[in-house]
Amino acid sequence: MTFTREKDFGTPEKHGETVSLTIDGQQVSVPAGTSIMRAAAMVDTAIPKLCATDSLESFGSCRMCLVEIEGRKGYPASCTTPVSPDMVVRTETEKLRKLRRGVMELYISDHPLDCLTCSANGDCELQDVAGSVGLRDVRFGYEGASHLEGCKDESNPYFTFDPAKCIVCSRCVRACDEVQGTLALTVDGRGFASKISASQDEGFLASECVSCGACVQACPTSALIENTVIEKGTPERAVVTTCAYCGVGCTFRAEMRGEDLVRMVPWKQGKANHGHSCVKGRFAWGYAQHRDRVLNPMVRASVDEPWREVSWDEAIAHVASEFRRIQNAYGTRAIGGVTSSRCTNEETFLVQKLIRQGFGNNNVDTCARVCHSPTGYGLKTTFGTSAGTQDFDSVEQADVVLVIGANPTDGHPVFGSRLKKRLRQGAKLIVIDPRRIDLVRSPHVEAGYHLPLRPGTNVALLTAMAHVIVTEGLVDEAYVRERCDGEAYGEWAAFVSEPARSPEAIEDLIGVPAADVRAAARLYATGGGKSGGRGAIYYGLGVTEHSQGSSTVMAIANLAMATGNVGKPGTGVNPLRGQNNVQGSCDMGSFPHELPGYRHVSDSATRALFEADWGTALDAEPGLRINNMLDAATDGTFKGIFIQGEDILQSDPNTTHVAAGLAAMECVVVQDLFLNETANYAHVFLPGSTFLEKDGTFTNAERRIQRVRKVMEPKNGYADWEVVQLVANAMGLGWTYTHPSQVMDEIARLTPTFAGVNYDVLEQRGSVQWPMNAAAPEGTPTMHIDHFVRGKGLFVVTDYVPTDERTGPRFPLLLTTGRILSQYNVGAQTRRTPNEAWHAEDRLEIHPHDAENRGIRDGDWVSLRSRAGETSLRALITDRVAPGVVYTTFHHPDTQANVITTDFSDWATNCPEYKVTAVQVAPSNGPSEWQKSYRAQAEQSRRIEPAEPAE
Amino acid sequence: MMSTGERLAYMAGQILRNFAVKGQEAAIAATTDHILQFWDPGMKARACAMLSDPDPALPDDVRAVFLRVQANAASA
Repeated sequence: MTFTREKDFGTPEKHGETVSLTIDGQQVSVPAGTSIMRAAAMVDTAIPKLCATDSLESFGSCRMCLVEIEGRKGYPASCTTPVSPDMVVRTETEKLRKLRRGVMELYISDHPLDCLTCSANGDCELQDVAGSVGLRDVRFGYEGASHLEGCKDESNPYFTFDPAKCIVCSRCVRACDEVQGTLALTVDGRGFASKISASQDEGFLASECVSCGACVQACPTSALIENTVIEKGTPERAVVTTCAYCGVGCTFRAEMRGEDLVRMVPWKQGKANHGHSCVKGRFAWGYAQHRDRVLNPMVRASVDEPWREVSWDEAIAHVASEFRRIQNAYGTRAIGGVTSSRCTNEETFLVQKLIRQGFGNNNVDTCARVCHSPTGYGLKTTFGTSAGTQDFDSVEQADVVLVIGANPTDGHPVFGSRLKKRLRQGAKLIVIDPRRIDLVRSPHVEAGYHLPLRPGTNVALLTAMAHVIVTEGLVDEAYVRERCDGEAYGEWAAFVSEPARSPEAIEDLIGVPAADVRAAARLYATGGGKSGGRGAIYYGLGVTEHSQGSSTVMAIANLAMATGNVGKPGTGVNPLRGQNNVQGSCDMGSFPHELPGYRHVSDSATRALFEADWGTALDAEPGLRINNMLDAATDGTFKGIFIQGEDILQSDPNTTHVAAGLAAMECVVVQDLFLNETANYAHVFLPGSTFLEKDGTFTNAERRIQRVRKVMEPKNGYADWEVVQLVANAMGLGWTYTHPSQVMDEIARLTPTFAGVNYDVLEQRGSVQWPMNAAAPEGTPTMHIDHFVRGKGLFVVTDYVPTDERTGPRFPLLLTTGRILSQYNVGAQTRRTPNEAWHAEDRLEIHPHDAENRGIRDGDWVSLRSRAGETSLRALITDRVAPGVVYTTFHHPDTQANVITTDFSDWATNCPEYKVTAVQVAPSNGPSEWQKSYRAQAEQSRRIEPAEPAE
Repeated sequence: MMSTGERLAYMAGQILRNFAVKGQEAAIAATTDHILQFWDPGMKARACAMLSDPDPALPDDVRAVFLRVQANAASA
């Protein structure tokens, strides 16, 4: 693709009856409600415009888009005038040209004429419009009142605001309002003094701006422009690819000059993001070129030794021989691997294939173990498939939204913006979260109910909501009768109806007033109080990362089934998946009990399919989960591991236990971009490639499979799938893939839900949602439409079983953990970008009451101690958290929040209980002894011995 | 920190507690099925070995589960 801007239709798409009209003699048929400007653009008639863009509602301020309409007086703005039947429009007349030129003269009289040296030269709408209206002179002179020269705001690390270049079209202000929903910008002053202002005339960095880039994208001039464009110039080609951060799966145009990435611009046709982005995907890609990237393979005999750079051949041969040696010495099941939810479907498929075909066992796991494994278990049990039920567009039809254990504006910001847009349109909101997340109250958004429950009591609260729904006759009985297992429903309804499950009975346990629980249950069950209203549930790791994570997922599914809220747009059970490809890595058979497509390894028919294709017998017994691998390692029965793109030492619970497990192994192979924390215990390091350096696909939280496209050569020499193939072939597997599309063909051949997926289809359609096969040739935006995948929906009785992690005199507070907008998970990528400007360290949020009791002031160093360990960080005093609850993020290895978290885990899946840890907080002088020794060990472990010069 | 044996017994007990609402017999059956589906052969073998190991003492319901796992292994 050569560089062209995406086509801009000027105003948003409308849906309605078809209306026919004539524009410049051309017959046009468009949906009712469409603007004349958009109708004209649809037949390639570009009406000049400055304040209009199709991501924003029409505004009608620039007066450039005037047209003539037969039978109407004057010159209406085409952006604000909707089409009507048999309308006859003229877009170019002498009068119109004169009017437009006159307006343009006014704009230019107050605009610096430094086009040749302007950073937007060649990519400026003002420049284009001046050309298209035939501006040849400015009668008012060129001096204007360029009074805003020298007022540049360069505080944001990613873009610059130059008010001298601003034409006050307010596209940036409206983008912040309508698209992002932060409402951080305004037009300050009047007339010539008008100036775009962030918050209360603060710099962009210090303001409420979340740096999503919507304003930069909307700006028609260089008033708001990416710093990379200022530095490098305008791009010359664009390639559409998919973001490698969260599970929303935004698609971007990677705009390039040669092999140099100039900027990432959200793709308007992307079905997950519709042209929006967040600070991470839009701007925080600099890690891909960071100096910390390790580009040469490295080997060492012991983790006490420095790394030794070696050739790829030597590294790969070493890995293969070590793994075979270990298997010969300790048995077939003594080694295993971890797939990466950051890598592509094809790479993940190959890693599990390497383990199943090459290692001969099922010891494969993935980071979903520590995030959404309960989603897999819970939704498969109740609905029959391990995935969310909707697409993101569905939220536009929801009348009430229940958000539980998720913080979309930080964790899934682009979906968060769409949710806020729907809420501004009037949908009701219920938030169940111990912490007052931003959604609870933000500009023009306020939750009807915020239920700040005690961490660890999700199941009790959801069961109480079910109690209200059943005992108050709010069940959709016709739906349940037709769609669900009647016997299971009867058992469940009887259970939840018991007085002991009522909101009043558990009020003290959960810490939420019973009246609020009742009111929230009624609001959800009645579709926001609207006849035929639709209720949608969105949840995150605050649901899954508990000792009853799987039960909570099933309790959510029970609520949705009881109220008929599954199987149609605007409803559903929607897990907000964490990593970019965590859905895909699970789909691809990354769990130790399942082959690709969620089929149990004990199923002989499925195994036979793979055995025939791969030419080898497969193990019928489940393999080890990550935590079981570590247990087995400390027991001496598990000796080697291949870890692709995951930093288990930082991300998994109880760091001391993880370190002991890794230290007990004889061959730890880490494939990553950087020497991560896990690599401190590795014997082989294989350099990884970034998402910009390879082809493949990611599958987002809505089951949408999207292409990842290579825009530059891998700096390390190989794409990750090629490295896996090198290892496989060194172990004698004889793989012959030359492109990831061949891997997708194999996935489709072996996985019924992917049967219709291939790269040609993805090229044609942009993306598809699985299942996609003969039964669903167009893919499946909404699941369970006529019936549940499992047949009848299964209600499951979910009894509340308290966690064994208890508060007491020594550990009186409950710690819960989460993420922040600007950083991502363990921070390996975002900490290597200017995103550090927003969050340079993890802080401990503590309620003023708890802080005062302990003599802690805002910003003080405090020690955070649990039964598992101790760390220290600085306090942030806030009433976002309730008394008795403290909160921190886990983005920085210096903090190592997982030193504190315990070994307790979900009963069904062993997903760690990150969200509940009993702790004590006390003033401290700085880093703990553990932190100091960890730093020293890490430093020691990262030494690299220079390669010997070739002879 | 728990030993691996203690952890396996703890895990089985935790699964049992979450199925307890079904009644003891059904909970033991469901827990056995869960272990057969999700535990690797080494974990199952270790659990069975604990049946003849007096230390640590297994709770009765966990013992009942491990006995069924053992019986299943024998019949496989």
